[in-house]
Amino acid sequence: MTALVETRDLHKRFGGIHAVRGVNLRVERGEVLGFLGPNGAGKTTTMRMITGFLEASEGSAWVDGVNVALDPLRAKTRMGYLPEGAPCYPDMRVEEFLGFIARARGYRGAELKARVERAIDAVNLTLVRKQTFETLSKGYRRRTGIAQALLHDPPVLIMDEPTDGLDPNQKFEVRALIRRLGKDRAIILSTHLLEEVEAVCTRAVIINRGLVVFDGTPAAMDALAPAGVKANRLDHVFRQLTTSDVPGGKA
Amino acid sequence: MIHRTLIIARREFAAYFGTPLAAVFLVIFLFLSGLFTFNIGGLYDRGQADLRPFFQYHPWLFLFLVPAVSMRLWAEERRTGTIELITTLPFRLGELVVGKFLAAWGFTLVALALTAPTWLTVIWLGEPDNGVILSGYVGSALMAGAFLAVGACISAFSKSQVIAFVSCVVACFLLLLTGFPAVQDFFSGWAPRAVVEAFASMSALIHFEALSRGVVDLRDLLYFASVIVAFLFMNALVIDWKKAL
Repeated sequence: MTALVETRDLHKRFGGIHAVRGVNLRVERGEVLGFLGPNGAGKTTTMRMITGFLEASEGSAWVDGVNVALDPLRAKTRMGYLPEGAPCYPDMRVEEFLGFIARARGYRGAELKARVERAIDAVNLTLVRKQTFETLSKGYRRRTGIAQALLHDPPVLIMDEPTDGLDPNQKFEVRALIRRLGKDRAIILSTHLLEEVEAVCTRAVIINRGLVVFDGTPAAMDALAPAGVKANRLDHVFRQLTTSDVPGGKA
Repeated sequence: MIHRTLIIARREFAAYFGTPLAAVFLVIFLFLSGLFTFNIGGLYDRGQADLRPFFQYHPWLFLFLVPAVSMRLWAEERRTGTIELITTLPFRLGELVVGKFLAAWGFTLVALALTAPTWLTVIWLGEPDNGVILSGYVGSALMAGAFLAVGACISAFSKSQVIAFVSCVVACFLLLLTGFPAVQDFFSGWAPRAVVEAFASMSALIHFEALSRGVVDLRDLLYFASVIVAFLFMNALVIDWKKAL
């Protein structure tokens, strides 16, 4: 099987800071990869290099067989991206914004309308479709961000903290949506919530200080916890792998 | 390519009218333009049917108003994070840069078009040379375009609109100033004639004044076109360079 997303020895240096130090990822169709790590570990930077927002200092990123640095335009048509914080233009109405995205994605006329309607339906934005972005709650902003990312039905979805700021009901809905979408595409989502890994991800990658310290299924991650730990086993493993204050952890 | 540029231009143009910026800008522009033309420029007292007092103050009016239009172009995208959204959509960098510029230029052209009553006034009062006035409008539009290109390029550097505004005012002032008598005199005292003329030929003020007098010279048009193209090109370079930081 060919990977829909692949990074080869990806590095990023910001001045003297070596933020990402050789990340290798492969995400196949049907996989939902949970990208975990402490704040500042390099999750967002890695995702930004995959989407082409940042240029890698070394290494390369491939989306659906397209090298992001060499053919950015084609790579961008193959993926949907929810940037950190789900940014959006404050004065635009939801449907206006999605219409703009649809035009940018090359749709016109009836097809454009159908795409916008489908995106609005997919994340339940009907109630707020006429509202401007600045009047939306955090949950609706995030959902608008998700709607624009999946509007063109891309084979690859990159989502930076898609459930951040959502209430439990919204989290449940978005996770169900991600599970559904993940069946026939490759999804990378970053999160701080380890419960999310169990709920939606088929694989987890933990990154710490720019290095991948774990890559495996949620079950394999769970198995790393000592038998004595009964509750919050993934939390335990996460701390073990990303700090040095847990017995058996590494710096 | 053009279609995709217009998608950006359309969104940006609408964004001006989505905030009070458009109304505030238009009101202030029209108020100041009227004040300079009638009260300070004394359009009625001159007893001549032309728009000299009107165009004469445009460089100074634009110096402070045009940077207010261009300052948000990239700085706001950076502040709100939408730059990440727009640069990961399948647009070419050139489409983004030109689209944004066209929107800002279109907006200032709306402001200029709203000064038409002044033109109608002199037509009603006398028999002005409409060719000269038209040439003046072309000059104003081109000068606004040049200032906007400078401003867009500067806006790409920073996420602060205030910094973008102030830096743009200074940059546009310098662009005008190279032709200012004080600067010209300073050079003409000792510098070779060729240097003095080279500096004078880079001045937006001198090219603008030729057009506002009704002298349509291809060199003046080319001057403004090259300033616009050069700064838009630099604008694209800045955006691309920031990606690698």
